[in-house]
Amino acid sequence: MIGRETTAGRAVKFTFLGLWLLFTIFPLYWIAITSLKAPGDIFAYPISYWPETFSLENYRGLFGKANFGTYLTNSIIVATVAATVATAVSMLSAYVLARFEFRTKSALLMAALVTQMIPAFIALGPLYLLMTDLQMVDNRFGLILVYIAVYIPFCTVMLRGFFENIPDALEEAAMIDGLSRFATLFRVLLPVMRPGIIAAFIFNFVNCWNELFLSVTLMNSDDTKTIPTALNGFISSFNIDWGSMSAAAVLTIAPTMLLFAFASRHIVQGLTAGAVKG
Amino acid sequence: MPASSAHTTAAKEPAAARPTHPKGAPPAPGRRKREFTTRRGLVIAAYMAPAAIFVAIFTYYPMVAGSQMAFRNWKLADLTDTSWVGLKNFQDVFADPAWGTVLTNTGVWVVASIVPQLVIGFALALWLRRRFRFRGVYQALIFFPWAISGFLIGILFRWLFNGEFGVVNDLLQKAGIIDEPIGWLSDPQTAMAAVIVANIWYGVTFFAIMILAALQSIPDELYEAAALDGAGKARTLFRITIPYIRTTLALTVLLRVIWIFNFPDLIFGMTGGGPNNETHIVSTWMIKITQQGDYGRASAIGLLIVAGLLLFAIFFLLATRERKEARSR
Repeated sequence: MIGRETTAGRAVKFTFLGLWLLFTIFPLYWIAITSLKAPGDIFAYPISYWPETFSLENYRGLFGKANFGTYLTNSIIVATVAATVATAVSMLSAYVLARFEFRTKSALLMAALVTQMIPAFIALGPLYLLMTDLQMVDNRFGLILVYIAVYIPFCTVMLRGFFENIPDALEEAAMIDGLSRFATLFRVLLPVMRPGIIAAFIFNFVNCWNELFLSVTLMNSDDTKTIPTALNGFISSFNIDWGSMSAAAVLTIAPTMLLFAFASRHIVQGLTAGAVKG
Repeated sequence: MPASSAHTTAAKEPAAARPTHPKGAPPAPGRRKREFTTRRGLVIAAYMAPAAIFVAIFTYYPMVAGSQMAFRNWKLADLTDTSWVGLKNFQDVFADPAWGTVLTNTGVWVVASIVPQLVIGFALALWLRRRFRFRGVYQALIFFPWAISGFLIGILFRWLFNGEFGVVNDLLQKAGIIDEPIGWLSDPQTAMAAVIVANIWYGVTFFAIMILAALQSIPDELYEAAALDGAGKARTLFRITIPYIRTTLALTVLLRVIWIFNFPDLIFGMTGGGPNNETHIVSTWMIKITQQGDYGRASAIGLLIVAGLLLFAIFFLLATRERKEARSR
C-alpha cells in the first residue's frame, strides 16, 4: 500500500511510537500514583515510583476538609444541564442550517465562526457586569445560561455535519406519510443521528466540566464554585497541598477520560469532517 | 479554554463522505429549489431563534458592549467615573514595562509550541497510516490528553516540574543529565521552556488526528506510480504527500496558531504568569488585568488581540494562496 517497510524502518517507527506513548501516559500515571501515596510519602526522598503502601488518605481529606463534595455536585449539575440544553438547541439550528437554503444562512454561519475565533475570555468584564445587572452572579443557573451560549456555535456546526450525512429521502418519506416536520426530526432523524448527538453532548459536557475563566469570574462563593474554580483556589494559596491537589485532579480527569474513550471515534469524526465549513 | 479544543478545522474529508453543494452553484433540483414562502421563513426563524437568542445575549452583547469600554475609564473599583478617555487605555497598555516581555513570550510560546507539535504530529500520522496490531488502542491512548482541560494540564506539569519533589528533576538526575535539582518554575527561562513542553504534550494529538485524516484521502495510485518511477522515501514525502495535503496543513496550522495564541489556561494553571510576570502571554495578561478590575484597559488588549488575529489570518491566507497560484502556473 504505502511503499514497503524495511526491518530497520519498522524498528525506528515502533521505538518512536513507544516513546511517545510513554511520554503521553507518564504524567497521568504520575498524578494518579501521587494521589495514592500516604500524605507524608509525597514529600519523601528518594522519590518512589511505586509506593510500598497505598493510601486513600488524600481522597478522604479532600471530601472532609476541602468541601469537595459541594464542588463536585455543582459541576455535575451545571455541566449536565448546560450540555443537555446546548445540544438540544443546537440540534434545531443545525437541522435548519443543514436542510434549508436561505439568504441569511452564510451570515449566520459566519457569526458562529466568529465566536470560535474570538475567545470567550475577551468579554469577561462586560459579561460580569451583565450578569450583575441580571442578578445572576454566584448563581448556578446564570453560569448554565452562559455555558449554553458559549458552546452552541461549535455544537451547531458539528451537528450540521452529521445531519448532512443523512440522506434527505428518509425525512421526505416520513413527511409524505403525514408526519409534521417537528415529529419527523424527533422520530425519524434523531434515532439515526444518535451517535452524533451523543458525541456532541459528551463534547459539551467535557467543555463545561473543564471551563475555568467564566466560572472563576462569575462564581465567588464557596457554595456555588465548580471544580476548576475550586482548584484555582487551591493553587492560589501560598503552599499547595499536593496530596489533596492530586486526588482532586484524578477525580476531575477520570470522568472526562472515560467519556472521551467511550465517544472518541465519533468526536474525531465530528472534528475532522463536520467542522467549520461553509 | 477547552472549548477551544474545538476551534477546529476543515480537514479535507474523504471525498464521498457527503453530498457536496458547491458554494455559489445553483441549488440542486428538487427540495432546495422550493421557493421562499412565509411558512418556510417562519419554520427557519422558529428553529434558529433559541440558538440565536442565547448567543446574542451572552456572547455578542458582552463582546460589542465591551469594545467601547476600551475607550473609557472603566475600573471596577470606582464605577462613578466612566468618562471617555480616547486612546489612553491603549497608551497605558504599551507604556507598561511588562508589555514587551509579554509580546516576546507570546511569540516564543506560539512558535516553539507549534513547530514541534506539527513535526511530531506529522510523524505520528505517517506512522499510524499503516495498520498494525493494537493501532486502535494506541490511538485511543494518545488521545487521552485531549480530555483534560488546559488548566489541569498546567497543574499536572506544575507538579512534575516541581523544584524540590518533582519527578522531572529526579529522572534527569538518574539519567546523569543534571547534577543538582533545577527550580524549573522559579527561573523565567526554564519556566517558559517547561510550559512549552506541557503545551507540546497536549497539542500533538490534534495535529496527528487532522493529518492522519488528510493522509487517508491520498489515493494509493499516486504512491504506486511514484514507486514505479523509482522515487525514494524522502522524494515521495516531499513531492506527493506534502503537496497533496497542503491545504489541510495550512488550515490546521492557521487555526492552531490562533488557538495557541488564545490559550491562557495552561500557563494560568502552571505558573500563573510567574515568576515575576515573566511567563505571561497576551491572553493571560489580559485576564490578569480583568481580574484586577481595570475593564477599560482589558478591553483595549482585547481589541488588540482581535485586530492582531485578523491581520494574521489575512496575511496567512494570502501567503498560502500565493504559493498555490505560483505552482499551478
